Amino acid sequence: MSTLLSVDHVTKRFGAVTAVDAVSLDVKENEFFALLGPSGSGKTTVLRMLAGFEIPEEGRILLDGKDISRVPPNRRPVNLMFQSYALFPHMTVAGNIAYGLEVEGLPRPEITSRVGEIMEITELAPFARRKPDQLSGGQRQRVALARALVKRPRLLLLDEPLGALDKKLRAAMQLELKRLQHDVGITFVIVTHDQEEALVMADRVAILQDGRLVQCGTPHEVYEHPANRFTANFIGVMNFFDENGRTVAIRPERLRVFAEGTERRIEGTVIATAYHGLDLQLHVRTDLSSEPFVVRLTAEAADRRPVAEGDTIPIGWNTSDTRIFTD
Amino acid sequence: MPAEVVRVIPQKTRSTVLMVPALAWLTALMVVPCGLILALAFFRRGIYGGIEYTFTLENFALLLDPLYAGIFLTSARIAGLATLIAVVVGYAAAYAIAAAPRNRQPILLFFAILPFWSNYLIRTYAWIVLLNREGLITQGLRLLGYEGEPPSMLYTEGAVIVGLVYNYLPFVILACYAPLSRLNPELAEASSDLGASAFTTFRRVILPMTIPGIAAGAVFVFVLSIGNFITPALLGGGRFQMIGNLVYAQFLTANDWPFGAALSMALIAIMLGLLTLQAMVAEKTAGETREQSDG
Repeated sequence: MSTLLSVDHVTKRFGAVTAVDAVSLDVKENEFFALLGPSGSGKTTVLRMLAGFEIPEEGRILLDGKDISRVPPNRRPVNLMFQSYALFPHMTVAGNIAYGLEVEGLPRPEITSRVGEIMEITELAPFARRKPDQLSGGQRQRVALARALVKRPRLLLLDEPLGALDKKLRAAMQLELKRLQHDVGITFVIVTHDQEEALVMADRVAILQDGRLVQCGTPHEVYEHPANRFTANFIGVMNFFDENGRTVAIRPERLRVFAEGTERRIEGTVIATAYHGLDLQLHVRTDLSSEPFVVRLTAEAADRRPVAEGDTIPIGWNTSDTRIFTD
Repeated sequence: MPAEVVRVIPQKTRSTVLMVPALAWLTALMVVPCGLILALAFFRRGIYGGIEYTFTLENFALLLDPLYAGIFLTSARIAGLATLIAVVVGYAAAYAIAAAPRNRQPILLFFAILPFWSNYLIRTYAWIVLLNREGLITQGLRLLGYEGEPPSMLYTEGAVIVGLVYNYLPFVILACYAPLSRLNPELAEASSDLGASAFTTFRRVILPMTIPGIAAGAVFVFVLSIGNFITPALLGGGRFQMIGNLVYAQFLTANDWPFGAALSMALIAIMLGLLTLQAMVAEKTAGETREQSDG
């Protein structure tokens, strides 16, 4: 796959604050790419620079090899789906979707057919004549998506696209968005603070912290081989302990309760248990760290050897499952 | 104990009780006099200026007399031009204020309505000082080297329009500022993102969403202008009679109260018609503004 978008040493400052600090990343054609980070990490500023609402002080943004850093938003083959959706309240669903094609000056028959087509794909056809205030949150989200997709952009930017939806709808829409991205064949760059969402949807994830790019890789890479302690902690759950002046990290699912056949073994006290359906999460206090270890016990294992709060149990692991951080 | 007593009074009774003073005030000083004036319009003028209590419709027929109909049209034209100018200037000012940094907006609004804190007559007299033949504008032109005849600006229709615009501009600014400041800035960004130029964004997104403010401001200026009699009397020099002047004259100099009443009723009818229209515009866009606040 060829490179569609290149962000090349881009820096953006607001007064004394450096919001984005020399960030470089490449997005490939047809990729589902996620910008992930806590609030204030600079991910939204990167997205706004891609859309054209902010101009970088340093560096270049290349789309199809052309520098677009200073091209205004209305002249970029890039569309943004706003976190607030920003639907035009005085226009109908069909009017909102047609707007971007009308201002482009396309002939009416083409507008009608493209709007009709995208409303079929996004299942909005029954609501064509409704105003945004007559729609549910999920329907508005689909209008915002359809309005951007109908423009057939080279690059679609999505700012926390599922942020306003409830948990159950979110989970369904994560898969829905991924399927849609595959069907329409448009490159997606999504901004999210939800690491789980990024891992589920994206082909590759860029993790930002304080305006800097910390790590960029596939979900598997960033989960299994976090570049630093921040990433390890931000993505998923991680247990940390100090050993010989180094920080050692291990995922809960790599720890084995009862330490059968593991290289390392310590004793700990169960201070809390949480039932998660498929598994039981244990908080185990040990001498190794001040924070309790988070350990995962499958429901099946828990049935065979029940564990209760207050029990002293051995936990163990293999050193090949640990990660070492020096920062 | 008294708190308990208050609690048992139903909500509806309580709001009715609270409205009584205002309703009484409006009834005594607004509804009753308006009713009397309306009744007056159906009587005949007495020979010596009094009122002859016989029913007639001739006062209303007289409204259609070309002389008086012409004054209505002139008044409508002057009020219409003043409204147009006030809306264009006021909307631009409101737009600029709404676009300013949030913390600076209150002070800018304060300056916009500052003239309002002085007396209407004084403000109108100030324009005489500016516009008269040897006034400040002429003197300013002379300083710039102008040596010809002083321009005649006072006592023209233009002077009346300038006076009306000046006096009612703050209303338009306030009326347009309200919807403009509530506008979600992301809507303009979304429009630009979808390929619209700044002008298209204004025409298709910003303007339609702020129409209620424009309508409120415009109706306000038009209604107050068409019935105004001080500004045409002072800045128009009595040469340009508007309906307000005509009503004034009927009651105070011509002593034809019934015809004055008919003229007043015609003015009130125009006003009510425009206010109804404006309420309909506001109602139509109300749902849309609600959606905006949901974000």
